Parts: sequence; structure tokens; C-alpha cells
Amino acid sequence: MSDNTATGPDQFTGATPDNALRAADNADHGPMLAADGTPLKKSLNRALRRQKLRALMLIAPLLVFILVAFIAPIADMLFRSVENQIVADTLPRTTDGLAAWDSTSGEIPPPELFEGLYKDIFIASERKLHTRLGSRLNYELTGVSSLFRKSGRGVEDIGEVYQDQFEDFNEFWKDAENWNPLMGSAEWLEDMAGWDEKSGDRQPAFEIRDEVASVLPETAAMYETFAEFVQFEDEDNLLKEDPWAIVYSALYADLSAGADVASLSGPGSAELQEAAVAVADFETVDYSAAFEEIDKDWHSIEVWQTIQTYSPAYTSGYFLNAVDMKKGPDGPEMRPENERLYIKLFIRTMIMSLVITGSCILLGYPVAWILANLPARTANLLMILVLLPFWTSLLVRTSAWKVMLQQQGVINDTLVWLGVVADDSRLALINNQTGTIIAMTHILLPFMILPLYSVMKTIPPTYLRAAKSLGATDWTAFWRVYFPQSVPGIGAGSILVFILAIGYYITPELVGGTTGTFISNRIAYHISSSLNWGLAAALGAILLAVVLGLYWAYDKIVGIDNVKLGG
Amino acid sequence: MKLTKTLMASTALTVAAGMATADGHMANEMTIVSWGGAYSNSQQKAYHDPYMEKTGVNIINDSSSSEAVAKLRAMNEAGNVTWDVVDVVAADAIRLCDEGLAMEIDPDEMLAAAPDGTSAEDDFGDLLVSDCFIPQIVYSTTFGYRTDMVGDTPPTSVCAVFDTEAYPGKRALEKNPINNMEWALLCDGVAKDEVYDVLETEEGQQQALDKLATIKDDVIWWSAGADTPQLLADGEIVMGSTYNGRLFSVIEEQNQPVAMLWDAQVFDLDGWIIPTGLSDERKARALDYIMFATDTQRLADQAKYISYGPARASSAPLVSTHADLGIDMAPHMPTDPENAKNTFLYNYEFWADYRDDIDAKFQAWLAQ
Repeated sequence: MSDNTATGPDQFTGATPDNALRAADNADHGPMLAADGTPLKKSLNRALRRQKLRALMLIAPLLVFILVAFIAPIADMLFRSVENQIVADTLPRTTDGLAAWDSTSGEIPPPELFEGLYKDIFIASERKLHTRLGSRLNYELTGVSSLFRKSGRGVEDIGEVYQDQFEDFNEFWKDAENWNPLMGSAEWLEDMAGWDEKSGDRQPAFEIRDEVASVLPETAAMYETFAEFVQFEDEDNLLKEDPWAIVYSALYADLSAGADVASLSGPGSAELQEAAVAVADFETVDYSAAFEEIDKDWHSIEVWQTIQTYSPAYTSGYFLNAVDMKKGPDGPEMRPENERLYIKLFIRTMIMSLVITGSCILLGYPVAWILANLPARTANLLMILVLLPFWTSLLVRTSAWKVMLQQQGVINDTLVWLGVVADDSRLALINNQTGTIIAMTHILLPFMILPLYSVMKTIPPTYLRAAKSLGATDWTAFWRVYFPQSVPGIGAGSILVFILAIGYYITPELVGGTTGTFISNRIAYHISSSLNWGLAAALGAILLAVVLGLYWAYDKIVGIDNVKLGG
Repeated sequence: MKLTKTLMASTALTVAAGMATADGHMANEMTIVSWGGAYSNSQQKAYHDPYMEKTGVNIINDSSSSEAVAKLRAMNEAGNVTWDVVDVVAADAIRLCDEGLAMEIDPDEMLAAAPDGTSAEDDFGDLLVSDCFIPQIVYSTTFGYRTDMVGDTPPTSVCAVFDTEAYPGKRALEKNPINNMEWALLCDGVAKDEVYDVLETEEGQQQALDKLATIKDDVIWWSAGADTPQLLADGEIVMGSTYNGRLFSVIEEQNQPVAMLWDAQVFDLDGWIIPTGLSDERKARALDYIMFATDTQRLADQAKYISYGPARASSAPLVSTHADLGIDMAPHMPTDPENAKNTFLYNYEFWADYRDDIDAKFQAWLAQ
């Protein structure tokens, strides 16, 4: 079998299944057959596949668990950093209309667009979605939040202009019992008549009358929206609900456009024909002016530019924000100097995590060395001392550092008592970077000591003795013989400490003041206070990418094979 | 075979148990979310205990109010709201209402009228700042100072915070632009009724930050309400802002050499919301609890345990003495006329609009 050029883990020259496969491949005298007559290759493949499948089945529960409980939620959360459907979903007509609007023209959008806006906001406010959109857009332009809240209240007044005129003209238009026979199909009305509200059965879904839909298209569409909302979102009986004000606006629009009402027959057709004549004298609504009356910001270009910029279903806006940029009229641009924050925080997080990792190595190395070289009993006792803080609550340890480090704290008191520092110039050890570095080094130290210890434990002491017996000084023996063998431990400890440090947030929040906080503090703020989850997701995605990038670089430079957590 | 059966049976049981608790609630239980600590304690004594006694409903406390908005949003997205009633500050209630996460409340229908027949809507008056919010207490964010660190001239004005010459030492301010920006402008010569007009402009925001910059090196920024009382007790700071109830506890319960500086205190409201997406049964129970816990007597009772003012006008005359200390509570209320000579009311609408923008600038300024 010398012609088998197996590599890596396949370097066995015995009769392994892989080698047998290769042998089968190389055989030039027809396929080798297994005992049952099938080609050996096929039969072996099948056996291997079964083995692999069994192995996969064994890890399947864990795999599924990780996928469902870990990977999927993280992916879902990170996906929010580009998601932006809310704008187009809430304002479909407006965003459609805005596609044709030139934002650089200096003109506010045409009046038709305001009519679309009126419909969008009216429906959104019935669904209570307009304020949600307001909060979303307020991240991009200050003031939009209250603009939408106000408009949600204001559109009702716009709609009532026509509603009142129709109702004043004829009482007929007031009641649901007149509207439903006019709009609904005969079958639906029959179904409704047979439906028992108390039975708990599903309410028969509204169906529009075909003739009405063709003669009064806008009214029909709006009534359908209204009916669907009443029946399946509010779950009220449609027969008892008077239509929204916006249905009257749509009816006015249809009638004044000259709808052919004469062709309609059936319930309400007489009233409809009368109304068709009367609308000529109705007071009309200037939607553009009406919105300006609600808030003059509706006539500001900036608001419209913002809505237009954030119309697409996916946006890079959050990611731009996460690197201190924003979408300008001419593409991405830097934010003003006084709003730049995140790049600074990313850099600070990196540098401080490196410093913390470095101080963990400096403090942890000697401790691990002593632990590894003491007799087992003493070493175990000391090990408990290393682990004890590990078992104490993170908050307790951090709070203890506050007591130690503050200006009237234990360390400063001792220093003053010793006369090292004057009483009026106590050291600032907390609420700054120093505080974060001290507290986090302490908290993360066990993560450095443990891998170091387990690696050092496997370095035979005879090597050092051998080096010395060959004439090496203590330092040379350590540096040339011992240290290189402990590097995998340093590597493992550093990766652990660095990656943990980069995502830390409680400790920097408590002892970091203003200069010692990390990017994770801002992520937490955007998750829990500002509710800007898109920005939080973008910051988190960048942080994840940076960590993966560093891990990759580490693998290239040091090699991940050189990392050992033990033996 | 036996093993398989046992496994299947236990799986079935687990699933069934999971389904039972997934609904979150055994027949007679409700989860009420609040802030924890002394505040939850006052609610336990004034509301929960009497309610449990009256109805037999078991109330479970959860101290998650500080992250209620984010958690409610997550629960709502997951379609599994496990909370029945949530205690939040008014600004959060407005946000929850905007996001459609809190139920709209009709005060006259869902809340108890005052004993003299005044409707709930009139009794709460202007404090009904959101359609979803049932106010419970008025609290204020104000300053406390160390009486032994200010010499013979204790501060009487909020501007003492910016006067590091007369009052040397560190100050504690919240790590958040709200209130700090207002105080800075006020002490930079802006008239009180123009503060928000000024703060709307870029220049005004810069002016406030510049004023804060004059004391930046002397400030310890807090993010938890308990920080300032602790810092005051340790003598780390000469003065600091926090909630008035926390200062009351430092002064009266722990007898620290601390005094209140009521000047330019900022009133804010805290109260209940009911999350959307509850089953009919749970909603009915939550409403029943709210009706009970926000009536005139109950709100006055809470003031026995903590120095926050009841949100109903009709409760104020019923405020009595502290349950343990026996001292008269009225002078410790932020709303007491003696304390309320110069006050701000948290400007909800302004901060709903400007919070993201000003916070970005404030945090960038802090990080410089």
C-alpha cells in the first residue's frame, strides 16, 4: 500500500477504511468486490455513511438546541440592524408617491401626496402604529415623534369635515345599518344574518358588492380596510360599527370624480344619487394646508427627505450611525464633531481590553507558576483562593472595589494615614479608566490563571534542570526552555480574557465613570432605554465582526493549534 | 420498552407543565412589576397586602421596572406577556403607549371616583399625561447636600451645584441629559419659562453643555438612584441629585448629616400601565387591581411608607404620619407648598422628541 499518498490524520498505513477505499480506487483490475458481491467501495461508503449519520444523530439534540436557542435569536437580533420595513408598511401610499419626488427641488411634495399621507396616517392611527413609526423616524430626525403623535389626533378632524357634511345632508349616512347593506354583498349579509355573535363562531369576513366596487372604487377599498380591522383586529361586530371618517372622505372623492351612481341599484342607491348631486356644494379639504395646520413641520423639506431616505425596506442607516456617520442628501457623511462617539468607544474598548489582558498575564503568570510547582496539597489550598472570587457574585466584587477605591475609601485612607499622599490630594482611583482596569483585571484573573496553570502542570520540571545542568543561567533556562512551553497557556488565557473583557458591561458601568465605559454600555443603553434596537444590533454586529477578525488574525499569527486549555 | 415508556411519560408531563405555566398564571395569580427596594415595600404594604386579603389573589412581585420597556417589547414580540401590571415612570408609559405595548385606559370607567364624587379624571387632573398611564405618585429629582461640608452658608439655590468656589468638593449628577440640561441653563441666566425654547436649539444645547463643562471635573455621574445617597453617606460628594424619597431615607431613617435642597426640583410621575395582549381573564383581574390600588385612600396610605406625594388631589389631605418613625409626612412631600416654591415639571413631550438627539450629544460630550 505504499502508493497511498495519505496525509494528515490519514497517515496510517494499516487497513483503515479510508485506505481500503483508496486501494479500491487504485485497483486497475476491475472493482474489488465485498463478500455480498457489491463493489467494495460502495459497500464501505455505505458503512461509513451510516457511521457518520449515527454520529450526527448523537450530536443532533445539541445541534438543534444551539441552532434554536442561540444562533437563531442572535441572527434575528443582528438582522434588525438593516431592517426598515416599518416605514413603507405604515405609509405605503406616501412612500410610493415619494419615489417620484425630487428631494433636491426645494419644493414640498404635491397635494396628492398629502392625501395619501392622510389615508396612511388615518389607518395607522386606527391601528396605533403611527406613534411607533414616529419613534422610529425620531432616531433620524428630532421632532418626528411628536409630529406623528399630533398628526394621529389631527387626521380625525380632517376626516370629520366630510363626515359631518354627509351626515348633515342626510341622516342616512350616520348609521352602520345603512352602510353595510350598501357596501356588502348579498351572500355576506345573509351569512351575517345567520351568524350568532354569542356562539363564539368566527364572524363571516366582509365581502364587497361587486357593483359598488366598480362604481365607487376608493370607497370600496377604504370600507374593506375598515371592515377587516373591525372584524379581525378589534373583533367587534361590523354590523354595529359606524364607518371611519376616512370612508366619507373616500366617498366624497369618488362622487366628486363623477362616479356613475345611476347604474347602481339596491339598498341605499337613492340616497347615493342624491348625495352625488349634493357633493358639488360640499366644502372641500385642502390636505396640504390641513397638515400644515396640524404641524408646520409637514411643510418642512427635512421631514420629507427623512421619510424618503428611509422608505426602502432595508437600510444602511443604523450601520452608518454606528460608525458616527449619517445618510446625507449626497450619500454617507460624517456626523458633526460633537455627536461622534462610537468609533471612539470601539477604540477605547479594544485598548482597555488589551491592557486588562496584559495586566492579567503579568499578575496571573507568577501565580500559576507557583501553583504548578508547589506540592499538591498546598497548591490545592491556594487554588481555592484563586477560585473563591470566581464563585462570588460579580456585583458584590465590583461593589467591594468601590469601597476600596473611592476617595474616602480604604486604599486612600491607608495612603493618607501612611503619609504617602496628602489629605487634600487623594488619588482618583475610581470612576475613570483606572477603576475599570483594576476591577476588571481582578474579575477576569481566574480566566488567565486556570489555563496557564493547567499548561504549566504538564511541563516536566526535568527540562529546567536539564537546561541548568547544561550551563544555562536561571533566566536563560526560564526564557529559552520554560516560557516557550507555557505560551499555549498564555494564548488560551489571553483569548478568554480579551473576548470576555470586550463584551463586559456591568463593571465598566459601575466603576468606569465617563472615561472608563465600553461600547457595550451604549449597546445596553440602546436596548433597554432608547429602544433603538436597530442601532444596538448594528453596534453588536460590528463588535462581533471585530472579535471574529481578531480571532482570525490570532489564528494566522500564533495559530489556534497553539492554544491549550490543559494537558 | 419500559425505559421508552417512562421517557415518553415524563416528556409528556414536562410539556404539559410547560403549557400550563406558559400561560403564566395559575388561576388566581398576578405578576406585578415595580422598582424593588423601599418603593416596592411601600406598595406591598399599601396595595398588595390589603388586595390579597380582600380578594385572595396571590400577587407575585418582579423588580424589573428599570428595564420594563425593553422587556415588554420583547415579550410582545414573542407573543407571551407574563406581566399583569407594570409600574413605570411617565416617560416610559408614553413610550409604551406609542409603541402599542400598553393598554389605553378610560379613567372615568376604569378608575375609582374620589370619595366626594369627583370623577377620577378630574381628581388626577393634569397628571394623566398619557392615555395609557394611571399616575400613582409624584416624586421629584432634587439635590441633597452634606450639612457638615458646606460651612456656615448652606446652599439655598440649585446654582450652588455650579459654584465650586463656595462649595468645593465633588457633586453627583445623573449620567443622562434630562434635568441636568435644564439646571445648567437655569444657572446660566436663562429664564425658567424659556428653558425649553432655548434647549430646542443647537446653540442652547451647546450652552447647557458648556455650563456643565465648568464643573465636569468635579462630577461623579450616577446611573442608579441608590448611588447618590451612598456617596453622600460616605462623604464622597458634597451634594448630589437623586429622587427625593432616597434622600428622605438617608436623612430621616439613617440619620446622616444630609439636608434637602428643594430649589428647582423636577417633578416627575410614576404610575401603572397594563400591558396589551393579556387574556380577557387576566385583563379583568389587572383592571380590578388598578381600580382598588389607585383609589383615594390607597394612594394616601402609600405615603405612610415613603415620602412620595399621592397623585390624586383628594388623597393629599389624608396623608398622615410615617408608619415606623411616626413623623408627619406632609412636610417631606415634594408637593408641600414650603418645598414647592420653585419647581419644574418634567417636560414629557420635549424629551420624547429630543431625548435621542440630546443624549447622543451629551454622551459624546461626556466621552471627550
